[in-house]
Amino acid sequence: MLSREQQGLNWLLQWFDPRGRSIGGLAFILNRITALGLVLYLYLHLYYLRQLTMGPQVWNAFIDSAENSPWIGIGELFVIAGGLIHGLNGLRIALNSFNIAVPYQKQLFYGLFTLALIGIAFFAVHMFGA
Amino acid sequence: MSDEKWTVTFIIHRQKGPDSQPHFDEFTIEIHPEEFVLDGVEYIWAYKDRSLVFRHACHHTTCGACGMRVNGVEKLACMTKIADVTQDGGKIKLEPLRNFPIVGDLVVDLGPLYRKMHEVHAPEVIPLCASPWEGEGIKPPQETPKREDGEEYIRLPDCIECGLCVSACPTAASDAEYLGPAVLAAIHIQGIDENPDLLALADSREGVWRCHSAYECSAVCPSNVDPAWRIMDLRKQIIARRLKFKK
Repeated sequence: MLSREQQGLNWLLQWFDPRGRSIGGLAFILNRITALGLVLYLYLHLYYLRQLTMGPQVWNAFIDSAENSPWIGIGELFVIAGGLIHGLNGLRIALNSFNIAVPYQKQLFYGLFTLALIGIAFFAVHMFGA
Repeated sequence: MSDEKWTVTFIIHRQKGPDSQPHFDEFTIEIHPEEFVLDGVEYIWAYKDRSLVFRHACHHTTCGACGMRVNGVEKLACMTKIADVTQDGGKIKLEPLRNFPIVGDLVVDLGPLYRKMHEVHAPEVIPLCASPWEGEGIKPPQETPKREDGEEYIRLPDCIECGLCVSACPTAASDAEYLGPAVLAAIHIQGIDENPDLLALADSREGVWRCHSAYECSAVCPSNVDPAWRIMDLRKQIIARRLKFKK
């Protein structure tokens, strides 16, 4: 009803501000954040893959440094978390778009988000466990 | 009702016209916890500041004029109890609806919504068979009584065009052309089978496909319209048509 010019930055704030939002709105915000995170990961992935074109020495040196950096592991866990949350929430939206379980969209979100948390915990233990 | 009074501070958005700088004014009043937010606003207007701009008419959820954000959530002020949104000694923040041009203080211009509702010829009355029974969700009733003359009973539609759904919708915030929850619900209730022009509108870039499924419209709807369910049902009907399940 108001154009983006009239809204200023309000439209962006409304996309990410969790205050006063219901479960559906919070799921919407989570989907946007995870989507942006996954897009950022994709670009970082492509950026680092370009080192393949610089020869085996450069690539091997990069892999060695990555293996020794805890940040890479944490980043990978974020990617897994983003993929699970975004993917499972996407499943909920896809079902709802066929008018399946729309009155239960909150319960679906709770169930699928719990599933995502279990998945994240599994991978965290697998990646960082003793 | 007891004589109990709470001390409540109303923090009210003030803005004289769309181009002036907004600010907030605080008014502390004594009010019964069972009274409504609109009662507090009227008290402030009557005894504290006669320049306060707000809108209301019916005081009982029928007109949809007093829509505003109460503590950040879209509500009709006439049906929002003080006790439900604050406590004794607490605060209530009042802001105008989002995604509409500001007229002043707590009033927005709902004209864009009314024009879109007019575009889809939103009905003033609907047949009883298209109506939800109170308390039973929005499924049409199995059997509807007939009048003696064989005609069908009619009733007012549930949507009171208050604009709360548009204000709460994050998609409406970023796309001025999006038809929005109320308009799509108006299309749904009329039926796309019977109205090919409405089908074209619903099955368009700014129709059901623009919705990003935040479900905020249904969360704030004060009138049992459940626009989100109606948008999803429109999607299902349109997908069925595309897959040729339905002509």
